[in-house]
Parts: sequence; C-alpha cells; structure tokens
Amino acid sequence: MGQGREVNLTTHIGGGLILRNPVMTASGTFGYGREYAELVNLHRLGAIVVKGISLQPRSGNPPPRIFETAAGMLNAIGLENVGVEGFLREKLPFLREVGAPVVVNILGNSLDDYAALAEILNDIDGITAIEVNISCPNVKEGGVAFGTDPLMVQAVTKTVKGKTALPVIIKLSPNVTDITVTARAAEEGGADAVSLINTLIGMAIDHRTRKPRLANVIGGLSGPAIKPVALRMVWQTARAVKIPVIGIGGIMTAEDALEFLIAGAAAVQIGTANFVNPNSTEMILDGIAAYLQESGCQSLREIIGTLRLD
Amino acid sequence: MIGDLARLPRQGSEMTVSQIKAKVLRREELTKGIVRLTLEAPEIAVCAQPGQFMMFRATDKLDPLLRRPLSIHQVSSGSQVQVLLKVVGRGSRFLAERERGDVLDVVGPLGHGFSAPTAPDSSVCLVGGGIGCAPLYFLAKMLLREDPGRLVQVFLGAATADELLVVKKDFENLGGRVALATDDGSLGYHGYVTDLLAANLERERRWQVYGCGPHPMLGKLAEFCAAEKWSCQVSLETMMACGISACLGCTVRRAQTKGEIDKPFLHVCKDGPVFDSGEVAWGREGR
Repeated sequence: MGQGREVNLTTHIGGGLILRNPVMTASGTFGYGREYAELVNLHRLGAIVVKGISLQPRSGNPPPRIFETAAGMLNAIGLENVGVEGFLREKLPFLREVGAPVVVNILGNSLDDYAALAEILNDIDGITAIEVNISCPNVKEGGVAFGTDPLMVQAVTKTVKGKTALPVIIKLSPNVTDITVTARAAEEGGADAVSLINTLIGMAIDHRTRKPRLANVIGGLSGPAIKPVALRMVWQTARAVKIPVIGIGGIMTAEDALEFLIAGAAAVQIGTANFVNPNSTEMILDGIAAYLQESGCQSLREIIGTLRLD
Repeated sequence: MIGDLARLPRQGSEMTVSQIKAKVLRREELTKGIVRLTLEAPEIAVCAQPGQFMMFRATDKLDPLLRRPLSIHQVSSGSQVQVLLKVVGRGSRFLAERERGDVLDVVGPLGHGFSAPTAPDSSVCLVGGGIGCAPLYFLAKMLLREDPGRLVQVFLGAATADELLVVKKDFENLGGRVALATDDGSLGYHGYVTDLLAANLERERRWQVYGCGPHPMLGKLAEFCAAEKWSCQVSLETMMACGISACLGCTVRRAQTKGEIDKPFLHVCKDGPVFDSGEVAWGREGR
C-alpha cells in the first residue's frame, strides 16, 4: 500500500473474533470460495462467508431464478446448497487451505435444524464463525417467520449459542417495520454480532405475458439499488445495539464501504458486486486502505461510527 | 456435463479463467443490429474451447448492472477472440456500439464447451438458429482442423436473409456445406431450420449433431436426434448473473432419469452451456 507505514485494518466483530480487515463476502454471492479462486486472492479477504448450508441438501427453486432490475437484481434461488455433510466433505477442505477465515452461513426450517447445524459445526476445524440466516425470503416454509418475529429471533439466537462456542452472527431481514427491534432481540438472545441487510423482497412482471419474471413470483432485491436503505438500517442498528454490526447491501466500491463503516459497521460484506466484478472484494479492500492512509488514519477503528451530525 | 467424452483439442494451456481488459481491434457490422467484434485477449485465446463463453461488462456505470454472456465465435492469431452479437437490449447495444480501441472488461473462458463426436468417424451436422450460429463457427473450425476430410453439413436459420449472408460465406470458406432457412422465405428454405434438416439430412450416414439457437428450436432438434438415435450436443442460453456458478441463477430443468430425482436442475454456466440434448427437460415452462 503506497509508501510509508501500513494502516491497521483489523476489526473486532464480536465473540472475541478479530478479522485482519473488514472486507467479507456475502453469503450466496461467493459460492464456497473455490468458484472465485482463479479471480481473487482469497487469502487477502477479511473472511469468506459461504453459501447458506442446511441439514439436508436442497435443490432450490425452479427457473427462472434471477432477473435484472434497475441497478439491481432479483433472485429466488431457493437456498440451493449441498447440505452440511456435503459441505464438510466437498467444500471445507479447500477453504481450510485458503488462509482466510471461514464463516458458515446456516439455515433451517425449525429451531431443531439450527441447533443440529450449530452442534455439528462446533466440532469442526477450520470454521471461524457461524452466520445464522433467519431472513431468506425465498422459501415458503420457513426463514421469514424466524426473521420477522423478535421472539423467534431471540429463540433462534439462544438455541444456536447454546450449541456452539463459535462466534455467532445473526443475519437480519430488512423486511420488517423496525429492524432495531429484531437486532435487539438477537442481542438479548446472546448474538455476538448482527449482519444486515439481507435482500429486500421485490418482484417484476413481464407486462406482455402478464407473468412474473421469477418462477417463485417474489424474490430478493440486491445490488446498488438497495444501498441507501441498507445504510439507513445499519446506522439505526449500530445506535441501537452494543454488539458489532456488519454492513451489507449494494456495496460496489470502497466509497460505498466507507459509508457503512462511518455509519457504524465494524465490517462489511460484499455481495452482488462479486457477480459484476469478481475482484470487487480486493478492490474495495485496497480502496479502504488507501483512503485511510490518505486521510492520515492509523487504523480502521478511527472511522467506524464517526458519522457527523453536527 | 459431457465430461466423459473426448475433449476437443485445446489451443494451448490448461483451462484457466481470467478477468482481463480486452481492447477492441475490429468492429464489423455484418447487417443492421449484428456486430462482430475482434478483441485482443491472449489469456482467453490461449485456452478457449468451442462452446465456451465469456462474461462482458455492458456498461461502465451501475445500470445495466449484470455482465452479459457471449459465446466465443472464433479464436485467431493465438491472441484474438471474436464474438458475434445481436442487439436485443441495452447491454448488447452498448457492446455493439464499441469502436476500435475501446476496452472491454471480460471474464473467461467459462463453462463446458462442445466435445468431440461420440463416434470418431461421424459426419458432423451443425444447426444454428439466428445468432446461435456464433459458437458453431469456432467448433467447425476446430473439427475441420482436426480432420480436414470430415463432412461438415451446416444448417443455418434466421428471421431474414440479411442475417445469414456473411456467416454462410464464413462456414463455406472453412469447407462446410451450408443450407439455409429463413422465416420470411427471403433466402433458402421458407420455414424452420429443423424442418429443412429433417428433409435433407442423409439418413444412411452416422451423424454427430451440434446445435445452438432458440430453446424451442433446440427442443425440436433434440427430439429429432433422439428418434434417429444420433448423438446431439446443444448449447443453451439463460439469464446469468455471475457465469462462474456462484449465484446459481442460470438453472434449467434436467431430464429425469431413474434414481436421480434429487437433482432436478442443471446450471448452464457450470454444467454447460453445452449439454447432451438428452440431459435437458425440453418443453417445460420457466427455462
């Protein structure tokens, strides 16, 4: 990084977990890491958050699953994944060799599912933290019920925390009236951090055929289109809870990431940007470091939560 | 997904994916709305195989957001890659308007391309619908390079004559026999290219069929080849976000075979874009 001293980019994201830098990947946009191995220096990432894992493999929703919208995209993948056994057998060995912390995103249909997943992952080497998906909008039988009901958020958090010693990040749904309510519920349940936002529920219609663009009819909106909403929710949440907040939502550039950090995020996750520009994570990381250096900061911490309201 | 068949010979090194800045060396407007771009892309040219594709940024802004997949039309001079594209929306219009000297952000080569004929002594039949002729040219070139004596019969269909004139000549220059069909009857057979093929292909030969074009055309082709018991590989197109099997958005339904009901889908970017035509569930909604 340029001339002179290195900026200290380390950041605390709860549960005693310190990342070497604040740039993580967002679940569902980075596969299981390997997909990007030829395009990204994976070892440089703050953490890799893998595609959400369920107890059993899931084949996902029928096509079409994605649709491009103005400065964004809708998806209804339906949580297609290899299942926890497949993940441990086929995906984790590669990730262990990468040299970046691995955060496993988990999803379930019941408290028992979440408990079982947390218990299994607790005993596995090479996993740094668990991120709990309580907010995926694309499956009919679960997810949303957990993500929008504060009592359920608290219960899921407590359940997972009770089964693992790993740091637990709760990924919050933006599809609620007041996200600080579910954020506080996660905190009260013992969460080490919250990450937000997951996708905003949306839809698109082909006016000629009068059919929905997605087979699932509705799907999750992501990309730069949602960034202002995400930023607002991160700012509100960072003021409402004491645990670290991880900012997600439409981050395409280092400047976008800096906005989230200033709003109070201890780290950021890069999602849809990975599709648009596979090396987004590294570019954003370099941009953050360069900005800090240029502004005379010695560490990342000097800008986190420094929004000026004067 | 045709992995157990013999691969076509590679241009050079092992397959690797690169993200590069590719300079436009030449822009040719073949007819209104159809453009051929020649790019300086040595990293891709050296390892590209027929049927593989590339993902192009189609703006330098945030909208339209996603990359556009384009198949590789041909590789030449060891460092140049060509794409053939038709303007269908904002993304393709942006790409079609690039001029010599412009630089494009490209990821590739991606996906599983065409495989060599199942039976090495097969005659080859290429069936292209509209802009679907693009990857077949690269395939024809490689097949004829491998075996100059091989019969390569090409059937090309399009809406109208203008779309076919240049590519027809290109295939003929390679040594292919070309038959044409147009929807409006302005050139060649008046009707579907699959009907032209069914009426003209010599049944006594053993054919290896390769197709690329609109989904319904490929479905017809698959049905026809299944009835004739000819091996058929098809290249599919879907909406795609990443092209590298991270988003899992580019699904098509898989033909159901016994004992595999838990695998209902194929991913075009990783399992394909080229599939054995028997792998795909044709005629289903929501592809």
